[in-house]
Amino acid sequence: MICRSFPGGTHPPGHKTATAHAPSLICPLPAELVIPLAQHVGAPALPCVTAGQQVARGQVVGRADGFVSVPVHASTSGLITAVEPRPHPCGAELPAVVLQPDGEDAWAEEYQKQSFHVLSVEAMLERIREAGVVGMGGAAFPTHVKLDPPQGKSIDTVIINAVECEPWLTADRRVLLEQMEKVFTGLEILKEVSGAGHAYIGLEDNQPDVAALLAPHCQKRDIGLAVLPTRYPQGAERQLIYAVTGRRVPARGLPMDVGVLVQNVGTIAALTDAVTRGRPLIERMVTISGPGVIRPQNLRVRIGTPVAHLLKQCGVTEEPAMVILGGPMMGVAQHTQAIPVVRGTSGVLAFRRQDVPITTAGPCVRCGRCVAACPMRLQPTFIADYARRDELDLAERFAARNCIECGSCSFICPANIPLVQSIRYAKGAILARRRRM
Amino acid sequence: MMAAMICLGSLGCVAALLLAMAARRFAVTIDPRQVALMEVLAGANCGACGFPGCDAYARALVAGTAKPDLCRPGGAETLKRIAAILGVEVTERPPQIAVMYCQGGLQQARPKYDYQGLQDCRAAQKLARGPKLCPAGCLGLGSCVQKCPFGALSIDARGLAMVDRGRCTGCGLCVAICPRQVLALAPATESIHVLCNNRESAARVKSYCNVGCLGCRLCVRTAPESFVMDSFLAQVRYGRGQPAVMAEAMERCPHHCILNLDEQGNDQILPTPPSARERSTP
Amino acid sequence: MEPRTPLLIVSPSPHLHAGLTTSGMMGTVLLALLPAAATAIYLFGLPALRVLLVCVLGSVAIEALWQKATDQPITVRDGSAALTGLLVAFNLPASSPWWLSLLGATLAIVVGKQVFGGLGHNPFNPALVARIVLLISFPSAMTHWTAPQPGRFLADAITAATPLSESQSAVMLSGHLPQHISEFSARYLLGSMPGCLGEVSALVLFLGALFLLWRGVISWHIPVSYLGTVTLLSGIFWLMDPGRYPHPMFHLVSGGLMLGACYMATDLVTSPLTTRGMLLFGCGCGLFTVLIRLFGSYPEGVAFSILLMNAVTPLIDRYVVPRPFGMDRGRELI
Repeated sequence: MICRSFPGGTHPPGHKTATAHAPSLICPLPAELVIPLAQHVGAPALPCVTAGQQVARGQVVGRADGFVSVPVHASTSGLITAVEPRPHPCGAELPAVVLQPDGEDAWAEEYQKQSFHVLSVEAMLERIREAGVVGMGGAAFPTHVKLDPPQGKSIDTVIINAVECEPWLTADRRVLLEQMEKVFTGLEILKEVSGAGHAYIGLEDNQPDVAALLAPHCQKRDIGLAVLPTRYPQGAERQLIYAVTGRRVPARGLPMDVGVLVQNVGTIAALTDAVTRGRPLIERMVTISGPGVIRPQNLRVRIGTPVAHLLKQCGVTEEPAMVILGGPMMGVAQHTQAIPVVRGTSGVLAFRRQDVPITTAGPCVRCGRCVAACPMRLQPTFIADYARRDELDLAERFAARNCIECGSCSFICPANIPLVQSIRYAKGAILARRRRM
Repeated sequence: MMAAMICLGSLGCVAALLLAMAARRFAVTIDPRQVALMEVLAGANCGACGFPGCDAYARALVAGTAKPDLCRPGGAETLKRIAAILGVEVTERPPQIAVMYCQGGLQQARPKYDYQGLQDCRAAQKLARGPKLCPAGCLGLGSCVQKCPFGALSIDARGLAMVDRGRCTGCGLCVAICPRQVLALAPATESIHVLCNNRESAARVKSYCNVGCLGCRLCVRTAPESFVMDSFLAQVRYGRGQPAVMAEAMERCPHHCILNLDEQGNDQILPTPPSARERSTP
Repeated sequence: MEPRTPLLIVSPSPHLHAGLTTSGMMGTVLLALLPAAATAIYLFGLPALRVLLVCVLGSVAIEALWQKATDQPITVRDGSAALTGLLVAFNLPASSPWWLSLLGATLAIVVGKQVFGGLGHNPFNPALVARIVLLISFPSAMTHWTAPQPGRFLADAITAATPLSESQSAVMLSGHLPQHISEFSARYLLGSMPGCLGEVSALVLFLGALFLLWRGVISWHIPVSYLGTVTLLSGIFWLMDPGRYPHPMFHLVSGGLMLGACYMATDLVTSPLTTRGMLLFGCGCGLFTVLIRLFGSYPEGVAFSILLMNAVTPLIDRYVVPRPFGMDRGRELI
């Protein structure tokens, strides 16, 4: 099929070989699980357990608060030791349920596997919501909200995002290889729930083995297989939609405005488990890698497992200087290893001191590389300059709010200017100002 | 020769005529009061009045769309003269000055992480709520220093913003820009302040700061008229303080957070608290 | 406060960098220009070496002195001063006395760059500022050309004229081109002609530019649009009257065009940011170059045309803005 090319983009080194080919392993349970109540976009879940209470695996420990919210479940059976603020991947200390596993790992109730065909769309949506399924590519937007477009919007195309353009990360690849049946079943469910007629799987051409494996299955099921050129950020929603369908999502709009629904591979697998078996989202695939890790690998990790436990499983060459949740381009550097894995965590990277890029910025030499690299066709150097001078009007006129914070501009900048940080600040300040007005 | 002179001469005349006509035709009338106001305004174009520069404020004053008491840097003198030009009655506001309510410098307050990035407090605050474990202390990256139009702020050896009380005009721009609200305006006549901005409990404060207010209430018990508690943070009751009793409270404060500031912002009575200094060296 | 483990570094994403730095870019350009410098020394001997050394070392020293005097951090290690010095040298004849070279370096660094605030802030190409100031102030020294004597490093200089000035004076005197110019010969391509140090070997400069393109330091937009416009316009005139206007190929290889199009017009700081802007910029440079060469009072117009377009660059940057992705209809920016 013909794939279009989004503007700009960069070619960061892949670093994927270390974890791409080994099958994923099950991560042993840690001594303590910290399950944050805010693991999704929207209202945080409300705690419904108290310290000292015994819970079973999959039991709801936080119930959804409103439509744009999902419940949170116990990742294993054990004793609740506290419900208190704990370090959260966002940087603040937010309420979390602290769980001491009892080792039994007993399910709350036995779920019978059943065909989704007997369920109504409403029942399926309810199961997805009850299972706490959110976007597992990083954004963590509740999936049932995405599947339920408001009146007047309809979805005709579903795209599975298996692009995984971030260096080091191979979690989506492993899910696709190891749980292919679930992904195809999930795609059927998606088509049924959303009413879409077309389905595509998008992945980069640096994974020819996966593409070859998928091709016959896709052909059999009338699913388009879009093998896209390897270029960062090919996996960004707007760029992926353009590459696969040629539709441009309006700058202030959502994919549903052009009739498209994009779901991450991991989300699809979780969604299948939710609909066909009623299983909640309590485990996910996480890539543990980076130059500071001795045995980089993909682990199936219970939600709430502290990063320190994962790094101990894989071994670190020395005390890491930087720990990143997510990929190196858009992931967030953490200030403590006590941070738990949440539903949106696709990777944990450990950098040694020498791997951390220097951040002393020089003067802009107007080379225009950031302009050429921007996948949203913005002019990062101007926006960042206006942001530093607090010229918010000018920053807004240069479409600062369109920035998707992919990091291409900072990555390429020869003067090492933290462009994304300035633009992110400008976006925040513009929004804050709008709210005030 | 003659022809050239006539040619150039007449060309000059025509051009002069055109200029004169243009000056008439496109003349902009300015209210004389606006010109007079420009003379009395501080002229720093600091923007503290909320208008882009003194000129814009003067125009707004003449148009009657702005209050006359917004020029903070000009102070009482400017206010009086603005009132005279506009012919309105105004009540004088007591002069204010910015105070930096934090003593937790590099040696005293524990960092949360090693920050690398834009040297801007607001940007740093967005990464895990700032590089200091204290949620309210000065980050010392100098956003306020850059913003201050009067050069009244600097980052001192402790890594903290310092207000030069002699230069500060109380315009409030630093207060607006500080992401942690550690800078605030206080009456200029007051020199005794509780230099802490942290409202967390003593156990938490002790875990990351040697010089933060513990909320022990000793000062309030010593001088109930002069101090008031806000959560776990003691504050001076500005305008009601009694210097003699306050000096005693100052002595008794376990973390030495109550200080008497001189013109440069340095404390007068005690230099750096000796006990705190000992504890800070690991 | 209890002791704790070493702090983790927290910095804003992205946590990767492409690796290409400003000084790396400057170094690559210097590398690409080295063969051209060697060619100049081969053709003009020791005088060329002297000009090169005085300009490069002078520029670095003056930048360091200026930054020390004005209390700024000294940044000569980024290589931009050395590059400016080399480009100044390429814009001088081999016969330039040492003081002219040093003056050129000073003008480029101080007037061309530092007074505007240093690297990244200069509106005009510093080396070209130096060239134009010298050309207007010392016309005879700046147009005192010597004939190349390949390989004879210590030979006495023989005064000669550049092909461009030869053709211009011939057209002015007799109305048509001299025989050897209207019949273009390959010797120009290799640079065996009088001229500035960086004007003599179009081929070597072109190969250097290909190297820069391959390394990704410059983009193709400016050189291609510049050279393309010159070829097109001069081709039209040549077709109209081959006796009066030289062949486009002659334009491409003579004078400072190759140096200008590949190294001076592509100067990052003084050229537009967007690809469309770069194309416009290159076309403008080409237009002015041809107009000055064919109808101006100076035989060479590359320096003037690039400086003219440098002045227009802020305007281009302001009006040629890319339309953000996902914004389909024309939206007002600025």
